[in-house]
Amino acid sequence: MSSPTPVVALRDAVVLEDGYPLLSGVTLDLDAGTLSVVTGANGAGKTSLLRLLGGLTTLSSGSGVVSGVDLRTGDLRQLRRRVGWLGHEGSFYDDLTVRENLTFAAKALGRPVEEIARVLDRVGLANRVNIQAKRLSAGQRRRLGLAWLLLRRPEVWLLDEPYASLDDEGRTFFDGLIGDVVASGASVVVSAHDPLRSRALSPRTIIMAGGRIAGDLS
Amino acid sequence: MIRIALLVAGKDLRIERRSRVLLWQVLPFAVMALVLCGLALGPNHAGRSSAGPGLFYLVMLLVTLLMINRSQVIEGARGTRTSVATLGLDPAGVFLGKALALAVELWLTGVVVLAGAVLLLHTALVGSAEALPSVLVILAALAAAGTLYGALSGGGQGPATLLPVLSFPAFAPLLIAGERSYSDALHGGALWQWWVISLVALVAYVAIGILLYGVLEES
Repeated sequence: MSSPTPVVALRDAVVLEDGYPLLSGVTLDLDAGTLSVVTGANGAGKTSLLRLLGGLTTLSSGSGVVSGVDLRTGDLRQLRRRVGWLGHEGSFYDDLTVRENLTFAAKALGRPVEEIARVLDRVGLANRVNIQAKRLSAGQRRRLGLAWLLLRRPEVWLLDEPYASLDDEGRTFFDGLIGDVVASGASVVVSAHDPLRSRALSPRTIIMAGGRIAGDLS
Repeated sequence: MIRIALLVAGKDLRIERRSRVLLWQVLPFAVMALVLCGLALGPNHAGRSSAGPGLFYLVMLLVTLLMINRSQVIEGARGTRTSVATLGLDPAGVFLGKALALAVELWLTGVVVLAGAVLLLHTALVGSAEALPSVLVILAALAAAGTLYGALSGGGQGPATLLPVLSFPAFAPLLIAGERSYSDALHGGALWQWWVISLVALVAYVAIGILLYGVLEES
């Protein structure tokens, strides 16, 4: 039986910002088509790890391959096209409407704009198409971010604290959608603060502390 | 590249139309700056002064700095930057699109400020109309240089004071060429040499922007 293909392979990865270590000696393998949760306290390095996996920050030392792209020598632009990012701070243009944001993304990606209606239905924003993004609630903003990702269909989904300020209905909706994404074969890495929720969400939980992996519960 | 440029320019102009920053903040600022220039010259000198073209470009320089900051702030939110980065847009197209949107905004402001200069600084109407084509070229060059220096100064995330310090040396030749061509239009001088300088500057800044914008974004 062949072993699963790793979508992420980090070896002693170090990320420095102005000399300060955001990540220190992280070694991690994540299999393709799986859901992994990264947990830890504020400042533990969860977001830094996700940004490294997305090619949004550069490796200072060590090595790593994400979705077939070498983090030291590969084309990080190419990697970014393969990953999708959803942060808790909002991921789009606040002055544009829901439809305008998604039309921009669809045209940038060369996707048919007809797909927009489908993804809006999927995330439950079909009745909010002409509302400016800044007028959406926190949960609706998160759904708009998801719609942006569904339109993109990335190989690797990086979700940074997606549950922050969501109500129970929003969390349940997110859980269902993440499950569908994993079932479709994509890899999902979620950072979450709440260890109980992490255990409920995924069989693989990576615990971070001080920029290092402090535990890996599989 | 052109497809992305038009997409980015359309998005920036739509955001500007929606937020009305140009209409309610930048244009009033430009008119107030012109009024202050008129007051600085004094009521007896404003009509006779040859400072009109220079003051017009001084006001446009201040407006340009405001608009560059605004253009960069649109992309400045961390989540937006990250999401857009994962779209993998061609940086040359992004540069051209942002420069085009900024040029359109500066052209609109420039026409208003030019009319304001005629009214408030009493520059000649016919000469100002003759200067209009060269003004549009200079403002397009300022937009290209400004987009480049906006990215260099931190893309809306760096300190706001860095942009003027970095960009003034690049803007100075454009402002000199603009002032000279406007003065020549008012006083019947030969315009063609300033046209050549302005066009060369425009082409140079567009070419440099296409080549370097991606590197600046990455850094």
